[in-house]
Amino acid sequence: MSLISLEKITVGYGNNIILKDLDLKVEKGQLVSLLGPSGCGKTTTLRLIAGFLDLQSGKFIFDGKDYSHIPVHKRNFGFVFQSYALFPHLNVFENVAFGLKLRKVDKSEIKNRVEEMLKIVDLLDYANRFPAELSGGQRQRVALARALVIKPDLLLLDEPLSNLDAKLRVKMRVEIRKIQQELGITTVYVTHDQEECFSISDKVAVMNNGIIEQMDEPARIYKYPATEFVARFVGFENFIDLQLISKDDKTLVLKAKNNTEFVVDNLDLYKGIEPKKGAIRPDDLKISSIGSHEGSNAINGQVLVRTFLGRDYQYEVKTELGNFIVNHEALEIFEVGEKVSLYFPKDKIILVK
Amino acid sequence: MHKTSKGLKIFAFLVYFFLLAPLVIIVFASFGPDKSLTFPPRGFSLKWMANIFKVEMFRKTFLISIKISVIGTLIALVLGIPAAYALSRYNFRGKSFFNGIFLSPALIPGIVLGFSLLKYLVIYFKLPIYTSLLIGHVIIIIPYIIRVISSSLSNFDYSIEEASMSLGANKVKTFFTVVLPNIRSGVIAAFILAFINSFNNVPVSLFLTGPGLSTLPIQMLIYVEYNFDPTIAALSVILMAMTAVLMFIIEKTLGLSYFAK
Repeated sequence: MSLISLEKITVGYGNNIILKDLDLKVEKGQLVSLLGPSGCGKTTTLRLIAGFLDLQSGKFIFDGKDYSHIPVHKRNFGFVFQSYALFPHLNVFENVAFGLKLRKVDKSEIKNRVEEMLKIVDLLDYANRFPAELSGGQRQRVALARALVIKPDLLLLDEPLSNLDAKLRVKMRVEIRKIQQELGITTVYVTHDQEECFSISDKVAVMNNGIIEQMDEPARIYKYPATEFVARFVGFENFIDLQLISKDDKTLVLKAKNNTEFVVDNLDLYKGIEPKKGAIRPDDLKISSIGSHEGSNAINGQVLVRTFLGRDYQYEVKTELGNFIVNHEALEIFEVGEKVSLYFPKDKIILVK
Repeated sequence: MHKTSKGLKIFAFLVYFFLLAPLVIIVFASFGPDKSLTFPPRGFSLKWMANIFKVEMFRKTFLISIKISVIGTLIALVLGIPAAYALSRYNFRGKSFFNGIFLSPALIPGIVLGFSLLKYLVIYFKLPIYTSLLIGHVIIIIPYIIRVISSSLSNFDYSIEEASMSLGANKVKTFFTVVLPNIRSGVIAAFILAFINSFNNVPVSLFLTGPGLSTLPIQMLIYVEYNFDPTIAALSVILMAMTAVLMFIIEKTLGLSYFAK
């Protein structure tokens, strides 16, 4: 049974619905990320799990018990805030000890546990400093230590790295993943950074407009996005409206608006869904001189824009089916205005809803 | 440095001169030996300073004023801090209405307020005069408390409140262990400002004092009606010094610019 189970959760302010009928399951010991653009409802979902928000309908089951209406301070969940939210009037030691004091842990044990935790986050020498005297990365680690020292049943992180510089962000996310695995603590992680979330998560839930579009392992989401939104989010920039004509075990045949046929590998994923669009990454689309590809999976077009990316040039090509973005290595150059052929390899087209 | 015009400098100087000159005269005159207020003083004497302590009513009313101001300020803090907290933390219907109500005593002329409190508390409800005076003072200083506490809460990061709750503290515990310690300097400033306003108040106290109960400013008013000697000047110097010291403490704890917002 899942540790966290959100069932048909709805949250809204007035007429503004933020989450609608949201279902989410998280297994014990896993790190699950909620990924999406701002306003998609990911932070709302996290705050709901933490208990900062009330749900309008639905149920939040935690470890088999109904937590829907348990107040925040009785949940025993660790929360790390985007702004860190350290107590400015307390030093590092007292910040970390805060939760233990409330739990009436005796003094010598508080000292042991706080010091042990500060050792894990490598801040033992800073115990007497105040938050204002720490760097961003150090504050972040204090916030993490403060949330972990209470031995929470669940760790919740709200964009914990977004205020750090790029280099530190990479270092800290590895750190977080390491600590999470060492302690075996179930974690829900909110971020809008795709790379960050793919690199550390067991599972990723991509959210949009208050619903989860797709939840799966990072590698599968990256390779096989299920919807156009997810596909765009993970870097598929080209989409074609397609209509299914026929299918067998190995391939699907589909037709575009200009009657060009597209042959696509049949994947298990497509069972029971009605694909509406084909998606392909700029790196997978092939550009060549006009006439080199005829028949299915190819269309003709004209180069509109060319930009230099370093190893590759990127082209925007205008066709009957809309504009396409193609990356092509700099060894072969096409001029703006030149007529070209675009070829869509059948194993590179992913069909989405 | 900003370049300022010479004319503006002179104008500003004149304004300050106009405002402060009478105070300077009082300070000098209070050290004069003459029986009436003379400027410039002909000599130096501390006898009027000493005289303050000879007038028994001054000593008595000084203690009453201190008592009323301290108790009144403490009551106003107990009422004002939660009100300021609610007004800055939450959005609710009628928020600006309540905000207006709380701040209105600072806008209504003190005479009007004093007179209506006399009618209402003393004549209609027949409350003891001491209680009425205390209530009057609480009402006039609450706006100051709310203003100051609100501005210190405006810099307050409410996520630390959530952090406290996620670590196991309920709302009340969170307020005392996290919110209050972080607005401590605002509370000190509010206390001092409210205390000064209460201690120096005349218009409201005028209506709510009577036989056997008077405050120091009222007693001073009565004294000058019958005496022309510089005792009052000497007393004023002491009160000015007291106010200046308190304002200095505020400036040191959080800066006077706090109230310019």
